[in-house]
Amino acid sequence: MRYSELKTNSSPYWLILGVLAVLIGAGLAAAHYMDVEGHHVSGMNNQIVWGLPHVFAIFLIIAASGALNIASLSSVFGISQYQPLSRLSAILSISLLAGGLIILILDLGRPDRLIVAITYYNFKSIFAWNMILYSGFVVVVGVYLWLMMERRMLAYSKPAGFVALIWRLVLTTGTGSIFGFLVAREAYDTALLAPMFIVMSFAFGLAVFILLLLSSFSLDNRVVNDCHLQRLRRLLGLFTAAIFYFVVLFHITKLYGTQNHGVEYFLLVEGGIYSALFWLLQIGVGNLLPLLLIYLPSLNRSRTSLVLACCLVIIGAIAQLYVIIIGGQAYPLNIFPGYEVSSSFYDGVIGDYMPSIWELMLGLGGVATSILMVFLIMRILPLTPEILPDDQLN
Amino acid sequence: MTNNQISQPGSIPSSDSRRSFLKNSAAIASVFVAPGVILYKASHATSSKGAAARTIRWGMLIDTNAMTEADVDNCVSACQREHGWKSNGQPTDTQWIRKLNLLDSETGYKKSLPMMCQHCEDPPCVDVCPTGASFKRADGIVLVDRHICIGCRYCMMACPYKARSFIHENIKNQTAVAPRGKGTVESCTLCVHRIDSDGANAVPACAEAVNSAAKKPMVFGDLNDPDSEISKRLAKLGALKVRADLDLNPGIRYQGL
Repeated sequence: MRYSELKTNSSPYWLILGVLAVLIGAGLAAAHYMDVEGHHVSGMNNQIVWGLPHVFAIFLIIAASGALNIASLSSVFGISQYQPLSRLSAILSISLLAGGLIILILDLGRPDRLIVAITYYNFKSIFAWNMILYSGFVVVVGVYLWLMMERRMLAYSKPAGFVALIWRLVLTTGTGSIFGFLVAREAYDTALLAPMFIVMSFAFGLAVFILLLLSSFSLDNRVVNDCHLQRLRRLLGLFTAAIFYFVVLFHITKLYGTQNHGVEYFLLVEGGIYSALFWLLQIGVGNLLPLLLIYLPSLNRSRTSLVLACCLVIIGAIAQLYVIIIGGQAYPLNIFPGYEVSSSFYDGVIGDYMPSIWELMLGLGGVATSILMVFLIMRILPLTPEILPDDQLN
Repeated sequence: MTNNQISQPGSIPSSDSRRSFLKNSAAIASVFVAPGVILYKASHATSSKGAAARTIRWGMLIDTNAMTEADVDNCVSACQREHGWKSNGQPTDTQWIRKLNLLDSETGYKKSLPMMCQHCEDPPCVDVCPTGASFKRADGIVLVDRHICIGCRYCMMACPYKARSFIHENIKNQTAVAPRGKGTVESCTLCVHRIDSDGANAVPACAEAVNSAAKKPMVFGDLNDPDSEISKRLAKLGALKVRADLDLNPGIRYQGL
């Protein structure tokens, strides 16, 4: 099989690159502005301390882990039909992670202290674990990619793929546990968030991968056969259904204990924007509609329906993370159970948060960084086959 | 019965075989229990640092029955003067200490109290801080090292008491005892500068503002010293640890709740 670089010189390709560069520039400018002025120009405050940038960052980080699905299916689970796409899967996962980390770093109160973050470690902090897991992931997947690309080393790519699979499962466990281990916040405080984040990563990463596959192949006038798309479609359906299962389980777990009824009533019923995002975008647009598009017999062979399903999964992902991250913080801490509390520090009231344009610019800048990285690396390295073999021919 | 003999069901094993059985069981048990012990120790470790004395644990007892709402307000303004922070009621404003109003909606019972960093023995903010900027001194005071705080706000997510603030804008009019910086997190220091200069005779600014010859609703002192005033009052009347269910053993205790 011949792999080659992206060769297109079409105007849509350069236009996409131009737009991405502008978005990155805007993101950097927004980060600089927030750094100089302080976070009061963002929508974040002392009640909602993590805002829209974190939604984008965590989306990218967990999608990074899931983007490696394709490579894992080939190297670890021996499904050879995925092998031609493994390289692309690896480079996408590194790029998504890089974009997510850039957002996280630029949103720090002191991004200039990155060197402190790298040199001082508190090993009980999940953030500190994650710094090791994230940087290790880049190394592990980088080596894995090299082994896949170097024909003499191809045999070693299987064990490397196994290490990468374990690594990303641990990594996403770490990301979910950032929230899962927060015992004081009722919206979190459950280890269920770790496996839920893993399943989310599978679906989000796959949705991004399918979109990248179709767009890059179409830019280069290459063909993706139906057999590949049907396989990816079924996989996306399975992962989307699994997210739905975990979301139901998460809320039933919370609803079973009376102590969490308050937070559940908030998230599911009276949470305003959060309840609306949950039901309409996360469940409706992000779970149920994609499942219909994937499984309805009248639609299940259409490429448009698959592309639409991927887009909807991504929209649902952003909504889900918005509800988890921001909705979870908006619900007030229960400092004195049994009492109604109030203060000048917004105790006992729902936290107010309206994302600022700067946060949106930073978040989109991170997303653009990931996409630009992929498109540029695809131009330098031979990551995709010129002709994707058709199952029928095998 | 010798070791060569096969034990019959119901027979009594020899002391040798019993000993070796016990030894093997103990060895197997320790192999299986060891990871548990290691995990427990690791999870329970809260690093302490700083030059403060290890034998001391500073704490404060707050008798809410002896405090009027005006007293609580005085606490807050004394802290503001001491440390140079102010709040205009904006959601981004800092509050090292605040007046928390409680209402039991069933009975109509009301109470106001000062709420600040509870200086936990096992502080979640210290656990989650990636760089170790959030730390507990050996004498129990929980602080933020402003030189290595990267402003990630994870400690604010983890604190059950909402005791921490992130500095959202450039700071003016700082006081010498409380250097503060935009982009980092801060909270009550228990007036550590006074403690480091006056020791057991120190009185944090909030307590100084409300204590008088007539009443002493805020008692600062060493929780480890059974002869200290705070220990004696705690021994006599007991006190509430806020969110005691989390088992963080805060150094700030409340009476009258």
